[in-house]
Amino acid sequence: MRHTISVLVENKFGVLARISSLFSGRGYNIESLSVGETIDPKTSIMTIVTTGDDRIIEQITKQLNKLIDVIKVTDLTEVDHVEREMVLIKVAPKQDDKAEVLRLTEIFRGRVVDSSPKTYTVEITGDESKINAFVELMRPFGIKEFVRTGKIAIAREGFKK
Amino acid sequence: MKKTGAEIVIECLKREGVKHIFGYPGGVVLNIFDLLYDDKDLKLILTRHEQGAVHAADGYARATGKPGVVLVTSGPGATNTVTGLATANMDSIPVVVLSGQVPTKLIGNDAFQEADIVGITRPCTKHNYLVKDVADLARTIREAFYIATTGRPGPVLIDLPKDVTNDKTNFHWPEKVTLRGYNPKYEGNKWMIKQAAGLIQKAKRPVIIAGGGVISSNASKELRELAELTRIPVIMTLMGLGAFPGTHELSLGMPGMHGSYYANKAIQEADLLVSVGMRFDDRVTGRISDFAPHAKIVHIDIDPTSIRKNVRVDVPIVGDAKRVLRDLVQELKKSEKKQWEAVKKAWLKQLEKWKKEHPYSYEFDEEVIKPQYVVERLYDLTKGDAIISTEVGQNQMWAAQFFKFDKPRTFLTSGGLGTMGYGFPAAMGAQVAFPNKTVIDIAGDGSFQMNIQELATCVTYKLPVKVAILNNMYLGMVRQWQELFYGERYSYSYLDVVPDFVKVAEAYGAVGLRATKPSEVDDVIKEALKVKDKPVVMDFIVDWKEKVYPMVPAGAALDEMILGEEKKKKEKKLRAVK
Repeated sequence: MRHTISVLVENKFGVLARISSLFSGRGYNIESLSVGETIDPKTSIMTIVTTGDDRIIEQITKQLNKLIDVIKVTDLTEVDHVEREMVLIKVAPKQDDKAEVLRLTEIFRGRVVDSSPKTYTVEITGDESKINAFVELMRPFGIKEFVRTGKIAIAREGFKK
Repeated sequence: MKKTGAEIVIECLKREGVKHIFGYPGGVVLNIFDLLYDDKDLKLILTRHEQGAVHAADGYARATGKPGVVLVTSGPGATNTVTGLATANMDSIPVVVLSGQVPTKLIGNDAFQEADIVGITRPCTKHNYLVKDVADLARTIREAFYIATTGRPGPVLIDLPKDVTNDKTNFHWPEKVTLRGYNPKYEGNKWMIKQAAGLIQKAKRPVIIAGGGVISSNASKELRELAELTRIPVIMTLMGLGAFPGTHELSLGMPGMHGSYYANKAIQEADLLVSVGMRFDDRVTGRISDFAPHAKIVHIDIDPTSIRKNVRVDVPIVGDAKRVLRDLVQELKKSEKKQWEAVKKAWLKQLEKWKKEHPYSYEFDEEVIKPQYVVERLYDLTKGDAIISTEVGQNQMWAAQFFKFDKPRTFLTSGGLGTMGYGFPAAMGAQVAFPNKTVIDIAGDGSFQMNIQELATCVTYKLPVKVAILNNMYLGMVRQWQELFYGERYSYSYLDVVPDFVKVAEAYGAVGLRATKPSEVDDVIKEALKVKDKPVVMDFIVDWKEKVYPMVPAGAALDEMILGEEKKKKEKKLRAVK
């Protein structure tokens, strides 16, 4: 099963390497990983999306907790939480399709952040299903480039462990 | 007052109570070595290889319970510590390695003798540091010792760039260490301990399995109390040998691949395992799906990752072995004792029967020295009062089987990593800590050659380490597997040229002795034990055909043991057929 794990870490050099080498060294899978400073510049939060059965997920959370630089590990899958991801898609629609691309972008509450004679670059934010739906709709128009941030997630207030 | 980084290193080590450092000099640590030149309180043992230094520090730590300290230079000096660090990491041994590093402004430039040792040792240390500012130095060293020695102990490496040890700063030694990401849990959950006590009271066929954690947490007294109070027999993993007296009537010895018949049978028939400070290594469990099929499992360990990693656990207790065992004994003392004693009588009787049926055994020979005989004689002639280290392979298993360890911290062996070349420098480290004790490395001719250069160190510091080589001209355990599982194709396990170890010893200024017949074994050992001021190499030319039994083949269940006896009978039959 897929889990979204939020890891509060010391904002020191080498911490990302410790975490990624933990995953690679023990054969765990990382689907996505995103890192950024928190409000306190001494700490960062890593949001890791991983897959595994219950035993593996238990080991992953325990092994993460064991790292000295890890302050707190929360498996968000177990609590009510909000997930978001941002993607930038460069599409190259034919002249006739341009209006449709813009219309769909609006429906998905995306924004065109760059345009050229042949392409639009669309920024879109949302959870996984929304992003996947949008990507599928854009596919026929010709996606030239595609980049995603990886998931970030936060527990809903009142559900924090 | 301002101090240089090098002065801070020395000052911090002293404040941590360090008396001995094992090390090897080189370019970027010369400023630290310069301070050691006329220091009266800190003694550096100059080994002949950095790997020897780390194993020596590891042996020192295992024998004393105090952290072992290593000082090496950058690049190759640092990379040579990797095997030692991995060894200590797998066996949870507190070792602190200080490695030199090129100046911070050169890091990443492929400078002379530069290696990214923090990157290299990340997965084989408990934690590691690169100190980038002399202002962080004292705190980092304090943290390193704290991390190495608390919780589940382990090795910590501190990388010290040359400019950091040259720079000056105001010295401040923090009394207290606060790490918000590191808070080992020592006290076991009371409710869980009650559950464990409940299971112990109900069990009809219980066994305790004690591992190295019992030794790390100095919990032998508490373990013995538990065993004697409840009359539950005790199995010890390789790492746990000595945690409970091997001569005690409740001791079942070692389980696993080369464990005793009765320990393995006990696990497979048990209805309760009380596992303390052990981690269900594959060499202990055999085929995991058939491990202890009838047993409920209580697992006490300070490291939460050890629990439910390999086996299902019914009562997990995260905590320090000493405290949890103490609480468990207290809990059990509240309950009615007689009723469980009666229940267990039949179980103890059964175990007694198994012990009699298949003890560790070998056939004595008048002409050829059996390796097991050497270990037995070492035990008898030292009256068991010795610190024993081993190399890895057959020598290690025979030592574990035939030497009875009654006290913790008297058996030093690379259990997790299985490092050939560990035993001799580890013995040297133990001898540094206990100059007047008998310290013996039970070695093989292959393993001993992996760190043989440390003879020079032992001679230099007058360390009377005894090396008992069970010399069979083979990598014996490899040969055993090839014989049993690879159709007797002895691919590269025969050591064509084995040096004359007596001459080697003498060339180094040590004592060399040899026995080729069983009748000479006692004389050689007695002669060796007399030597108090230099190392002794005892070269025992042993039966090369001898194998370690019982054996649970890799991937088999614990009760699918090959017992030596059947094999021997089969061999005889085969011969008869031919």
